[in-house]
Amino acid sequence: MKFTRDWLFDHLDTDRPLSEILDALPMLGLEVESFDDPAERLAAFTIAEVISAEQHPDADRLRVCMVNTGSGDPVQVVCGAPNARAGMKGVFAPAGAYVPGIDLLLKAGTIRGQDSNGMLCSEREMMISDEHDGIIDLDQDAPVGESFAAYAGLDDPVIEIAITPNRADCLGVRGVARDLAAAGYGTLKPLDSSAHEGSFDSPVTWRLDLDGAEHLCPLITGIAFRGVTNGPSPDWMARRLEAIGQRPISALVDITNYVMFDLGRPLHAYDIDKIHGDELVVRQAKGGEPFAALNEKTYEMEAGMITIGDAEGVDDLAGVMGGERTGVSDDTTGMFLEIAVFDPISVATTGRKLNLNSDARYRFERGLDSESPVWAAGHIARLVVAICGGEASVPVTMGPGVDWQRSIFLGSGKVESLTGMVIEAGEQQRILEALGFSVTPADGGFDVAPPAWRGDIDGAADLVEEIGRIRGFDHLPMEHLPREDVVAKPSLSLAQARLFRLRRALATRGLMEAVTFSFLSEDDATRFGGGAENLKLVNPISADLSVMRPSILPNLLSAAARNQDRGEADAAMFEVGPVFPGDAPEDQRTAATGIRHGGTAPREWHGSARAIDLFDARADAEAALAALGVKLAGVQVKADGADWFHPGRRGQLIQGRTVLASFGEIHPAVAEAYGLRGRVVGFEIHTDDVPMPKSKGPAKPLLGLSVYQPVTRDFAFIVERTVAAGDILKAVKSGAGPLLSDMRIFDLYEGANIGDGKKSVAVTITLTPTKATLTEDEIEKISAEIVKIAGKNCGATLRG
Amino acid sequence: MQNLDAISSEILSAVDAAETIEALEAVRIDALGKKGRVSLMMRELGGMDPEERKAAGQALNVVKDSIAAAIETRQSDLSRAALDARLTAEAIDVSLPSRPEAEARLHPLSRTIEEVVAIFAEMGFTVAEGPDIESDYYNFTALNIPEEHPARQEHDTFYLPPDGDGRRKVLRTHTSPVQIRTMEAVEPPVRIIVPGRTYRSDHDATHSPMFHQCEGLVIGDGIHMGHLKGCLIDFCRAFFGVDDLPVRFRPSYFPFTEPSAEVDIGCTRDGGGLKIGAGDDWLEILGSGMVNPRVLANCGYDPEKYQGFAFGMGIERIAMLKYGIPDLRTFYDSDLRWMRHYGFLPFDAPSIHAGLVGGTV
Repeated sequence: MKFTRDWLFDHLDTDRPLSEILDALPMLGLEVESFDDPAERLAAFTIAEVISAEQHPDADRLRVCMVNTGSGDPVQVVCGAPNARAGMKGVFAPAGAYVPGIDLLLKAGTIRGQDSNGMLCSEREMMISDEHDGIIDLDQDAPVGESFAAYAGLDDPVIEIAITPNRADCLGVRGVARDLAAAGYGTLKPLDSSAHEGSFDSPVTWRLDLDGAEHLCPLITGIAFRGVTNGPSPDWMARRLEAIGQRPISALVDITNYVMFDLGRPLHAYDIDKIHGDELVVRQAKGGEPFAALNEKTYEMEAGMITIGDAEGVDDLAGVMGGERTGVSDDTTGMFLEIAVFDPISVATTGRKLNLNSDARYRFERGLDSESPVWAAGHIARLVVAICGGEASVPVTMGPGVDWQRSIFLGSGKVESLTGMVIEAGEQQRILEALGFSVTPADGGFDVAPPAWRGDIDGAADLVEEIGRIRGFDHLPMEHLPREDVVAKPSLSLAQARLFRLRRALATRGLMEAVTFSFLSEDDATRFGGGAENLKLVNPISADLSVMRPSILPNLLSAAARNQDRGEADAAMFEVGPVFPGDAPEDQRTAATGIRHGGTAPREWHGSARAIDLFDARADAEAALAALGVKLAGVQVKADGADWFHPGRRGQLIQGRTVLASFGEIHPAVAEAYGLRGRVVGFEIHTDDVPMPKSKGPAKPLLGLSVYQPVTRDFAFIVERTVAAGDILKAVKSGAGPLLSDMRIFDLYEGANIGDGKKSVAVTITLTPTKATLTEDEIEKISAEIVKIAGKNCGATLRG
Repeated sequence: MQNLDAISSEILSAVDAAETIEALEAVRIDALGKKGRVSLMMRELGGMDPEERKAAGQALNVVKDSIAAAIETRQSDLSRAALDARLTAEAIDVSLPSRPEAEARLHPLSRTIEEVVAIFAEMGFTVAEGPDIESDYYNFTALNIPEEHPARQEHDTFYLPPDGDGRRKVLRTHTSPVQIRTMEAVEPPVRIIVPGRTYRSDHDATHSPMFHQCEGLVIGDGIHMGHLKGCLIDFCRAFFGVDDLPVRFRPSYFPFTEPSAEVDIGCTRDGGGLKIGAGDDWLEILGSGMVNPRVLANCGYDPEKYQGFAFGMGIERIAMLKYGIPDLRTFYDSDLRWMRHYGFLPFDAPSIHAGLVGGTV
């Protein structure tokens, strides 16, 4: 919402400086978005007279002008404008002035050998219009040496404020003035809202054909005008409209616009001579009818939209936009003016469905002053007659009216209990009355009736807000939130806290934490098992961000590819975030997902760098599970997994029947789809599936340390190549019995000397006795048991 | 024995002259070995009469001891020299870099969320959560934003296809639906914060289609707007680490709060730089207000009995302001260079006791 200072002061009688008003507006809830003072911007530009304009000796298109600036000696200026001539009055910018339209700081200099000490300007050069046919040619009576901005009426600063959706009343300048007056920044000037005695009966009348849906148009007034002269608007009106970014068109059109911004009261003007028949009918669209709007576009109306039309058909989409056919033009001499209240929801729905925005719709859908068709009619009629002459008819009004009158009880303690501010009853009453509310003392408080322009006021809390904001939120007391416990309780549940631990664990392992979008492309989704119809956005911002992600892997792979393109092929990243197997609240899962690409480190002189492999991903997954509280000793590995992993290089970490984590090498075809060169490995954990650690209290079980010497033994087993190392370890564990304290594979070998299709798996074990040092016999017995079970379960023999 | 002195001095010279451990050993064997010269002389003592043997023995012992001592000294010198030579030969160029260790960092968003949680934990809040795919009811209707309300249009909502019953699903446009879910689930008093992902169909330099918010909700006995003011001032000052940070409350509008206020913090801008703290300018960082009675009623709370406040802030925004991150869009780029620069070391955990300003290590 834009307005100018002088426009505001038409409604607000104040001696407060503008700077104070600018500071006050945001504290009333009217946030100042911009402030532009053209006088300040144009301060250097003054009115000057061209004394002489001679042809430049060395340039056909230039003239050398002597300019009287009103002070000091005449100044020489080289000018390229075709209209520069002796005796003209123009606008002069001296050396040192900034010329915004050409983004140039003027300097004294010479142009083709002739001194030039300033510039004669066009409107475009000053950025006051697009006009650039020549330099500004002012009237002869323009005062030389005076400020151009003041002379041209450009010294009225423009203020833009943001209006929250509840404050429809401030979508007109008068509403803003009312707020300021209530807050003590002046007094609201009276507005003559008396009726205008019409001098004839309107030849056009309304007919409401709403068939039980009268609430769609509760009140509509029309005034006919005859003998009006349409032409350019008066300067003051055109200038204000221009200042707020509206293009002046003609007096009749400009008046409707002006009233809309002045009083928040949209109007629609019909050329009365273009109306067929003697009535305008308000009815709901049947659906499918075309509508040629004033914006020169044609819309297809849907059934139920509120329309207004004559015998020829519809020519107004109520509250949204008027029609082309019956609009006013420069030669209009008779006008029929519509001042109506329409159902805000219907207007909003129509505008949204047709994607048709207008300043009128913006106001209608936020709710107009319900009484404005009555009180504004006289004011508007006088304005039209004053500007365009002619005469106005007796208004014609239809509709049951809006049932806007209501009373809200405001308890005497309500303001204090809700805000903590102590404001005496008299002041509360004063504030409400200054805002237009009627206040009646009642038992234990006030009965408050909101004015017709405050449809947003819904209950006592709204009244408290009005009182509070006018008093000023600076007066709110500052109260620390009372503590419930001296020592605060944890704010995170275990499920939440362990996700922070997981992040630290993975970052400590060298995985960088990423945060990527929850949606991705359909290709990404289907590649990773997603892409169901119910997870596709209806209105995505782009095809790349159109489906809810089934997995974080595709986003990390894309990220790795982007980093690869920037020359960083060694990427290790993880993300903890939501994935969406379905659209129900309980379907959403939290995934912890990581990838590694390239090598463990850049090539370096120690030779420590190596290519990553799936065991890096498995180690990441295990570290993540450990951080989530899983005891890895109870976790099994299964060679299985999703299609996006390499079929021979993927695994799952399983506890009981629950898959805790998947890991493996990303399928080369998938990696290639992302343009990734070389091996990529990754893991995925659905943290919700990982059981919570069982808590038996903070105390740890008692540590029993053995005092006896541990014993280590090595076994080199020859097995078929297909035997899983995990199964050998299982066999070793079961053979070793309870004294086993550590077990590791320390060598893996395949070669012709141990036979085709065979491999050697070397295992070292540590036995820690608990009761007495182990004898050679006892160790032999355990070793024999290990070899026996490994032989039985895995077909293993000891390497000779 | 007549030559004892001469022999002694000859051997001692040989000890001094030995340049290697091996040469010294040869000298020792030649002197003190089984068949060494001193040993042989010791053996000769047996043929002497007792008086003579005593005198010669003593003299011989003195010589033997002095030779042994000389050898030991020489041996130690030679060992040290040998060690020195080895160490010199073993010298390594310490300017060579050590083995690289992968150093990764946590994202500024998870860091910032942890900081926010730490502060509100101190004020007795717990962390609540809710789904990203929401029903129209929780995201709008229950929050007093009916269909066709202008406020709804301002949300730039992402929609999902309607479910079997024709109910429209949305990506939550704010974390406020979790207010409703929480109040439906628990009885007052309530003190929660809700950090989480939110979505709006807007993508430009200052808007991302996905971003993070942190909602707050306090319902309790006698909680009024002064508590809202205190709570948020306490938060802002702790979060930005500025004890005298000016905080301003400005009337605003949210359908789910009444009265509503936007919260600004003080700042100064000069030469393109922004500094948080007492200054001549304001920066909007939060929306807040007293929970609208209609919202309380929608959740089954008696508005005559309970009141409280709610607030919401953009996590990216406060992270950008605190840590000087200039561009919103870079948060989701996963650019390793950005992550290394703006990320936080995993052991640099924020806490009330150790401090809330990260990145000092």
